[in-house]
Amino acid sequence: PTSVLVTGVQVSSRIFMVWLITHSIKPIQNEESVVLFLVAWTVTEITRYSFYTFSLLDHLPYFIKWARYNFFIILYPVGVAGELLTIYAALPYVKKTGMFSIRLPNKYNVSFDYYYFLLITMASYIPLFPQLYFHMLRQRRKVLHGEVIVEKDD
Amino acid sequence: MKHYEVEILDAKTREKLCFLDKVEPHATIAEIKNLFTKTHPQWYPARQSLRLDPKGKSLKDEDILQKLPVGTTATLYFRDLGAQISWVTVFLTEYAGPLFIYLLFYFRVPFIYGHKYDFTSSRHTVVHLACICHSFHYVKRLLETLFVHRFSHGTMPLRNIFKNCTYYWGFAAWMAYYINHPLYTPPTYGAQQVKLALAIFVICQLGNFSIHMALRDLRPAGSKTRKIPYPTKNPFTWLFLLVSCPNYTYEVGSWIGFAIMTQCLPVALFSLVGFTQMTIWAKGKHRSYLKEFRDYPPLRMPIIPFLL
Repeated sequence: PTSVLVTGVQVSSRIFMVWLITHSIKPIQNEESVVLFLVAWTVTEITRYSFYTFSLLDHLPYFIKWARYNFFIILYPVGVAGELLTIYAALPYVKKTGMFSIRLPNKYNVSFDYYYFLLITMASYIPLFPQLYFHMLRQRRKVLHGEVIVEKDD
Repeated sequence: MKHYEVEILDAKTREKLCFLDKVEPHATIAEIKNLFTKTHPQWYPARQSLRLDPKGKSLKDEDILQKLPVGTTATLYFRDLGAQISWVTVFLTEYAGPLFIYLLFYFRVPFIYGHKYDFTSSRHTVVHLACICHSFHYVKRLLETLFVHRFSHGTMPLRNIFKNCTYYWGFAAWMAYYINHPLYTPPTYGAQQVKLALAIFVICQLGNFSIHMALRDLRPAGSKTRKIPYPTKNPFTWLFLLVSCPNYTYEVGSWIGFAIMTQCLPVALFSLVGFTQMTIWAKGKHRSYLKEFRDYPPLRMPIIPFLL
């Protein structure tokens, strides 16, 4: 059973990259980094959902299981690189246009700076990516090599 | 008098951790935990969970050995709950933070706003009022922690203090930044809005305090008894007729009042997050009451009369 939180984070980051970056900031649609994450996502999702589907049908070919637990080793870092490079390329446009931002003064006494939000988002990859990557590596060892992993006490 | 023997095994590995012989039949789990700590000093009693079944529920400190379904050689399973910290310590730390942090912003301490604003004062009355309300709220919480509340549990996991302080301190800083900002915009409907919101805030603070006192009076000092709370002569406690956890109801009300008074979106968001968490707690408490007491008043809802 997949974790709701982990899946939630992943789906949110996909929606964020597509709608709040790529769709909204037209100039970066020509960046190579966009191709990078799109290819990584496409291959990953085809593998992942085939794995889920065949698992549910109780008829899982070994090569699908193999792909799901090996492709990510390359695709995950490639996808992250594509995402980070794209966000980085978007920064100058965000700063110049002040898009998605609210400044003071306003009657709801709140402010939001999309530029700094993007910087913080990029920084958050540093703690999050290793956690997700090592989680997948641990799953891989368990599923493909039948290793018994004693979980750390809470 | 026949003595018992108690062996304590690790719940995960089934390894024999401790063997106690000549244990009194009327010994409590608390006393057994103390004996266990003697052989394993790193596992102080607060972090021990002892159970009859490796996957079962924790035994209570008050449980008596001879009343448990065990033979004269009892096998108990041990689980390490991790480093623990007292509830009082957590509460004092998480509440002292917002009190102090808000004042840093109120006095416009350097490096928060532009240098020309250092140590200046807002010209809006509502900003001064907000500081009084916010500070009063957290002073009240600190005093209640020290003198009013009677906690069921002594400790909680250590990591909670980091989680909780981040929440309280973070939101306090975020709210305080805007309310005390030189570019703060006072409420749209002016003094009327402020007066009404202040009234809501004060009434809800009095209400919340009344409930805390009523709950305290239900439970004798040093005990962990649980009884159904009922309305008293204090009108603020009459909310018990409709709600299991009126303390939470009043708390949400206070923050809604504060949000309307300051007309600050971060305050509204803080109220919403708090409301969500308190609703989860209220539903849990309501369910516990229903399970424990057959005659629990059926009209009561967990937190919002008739609705939630």
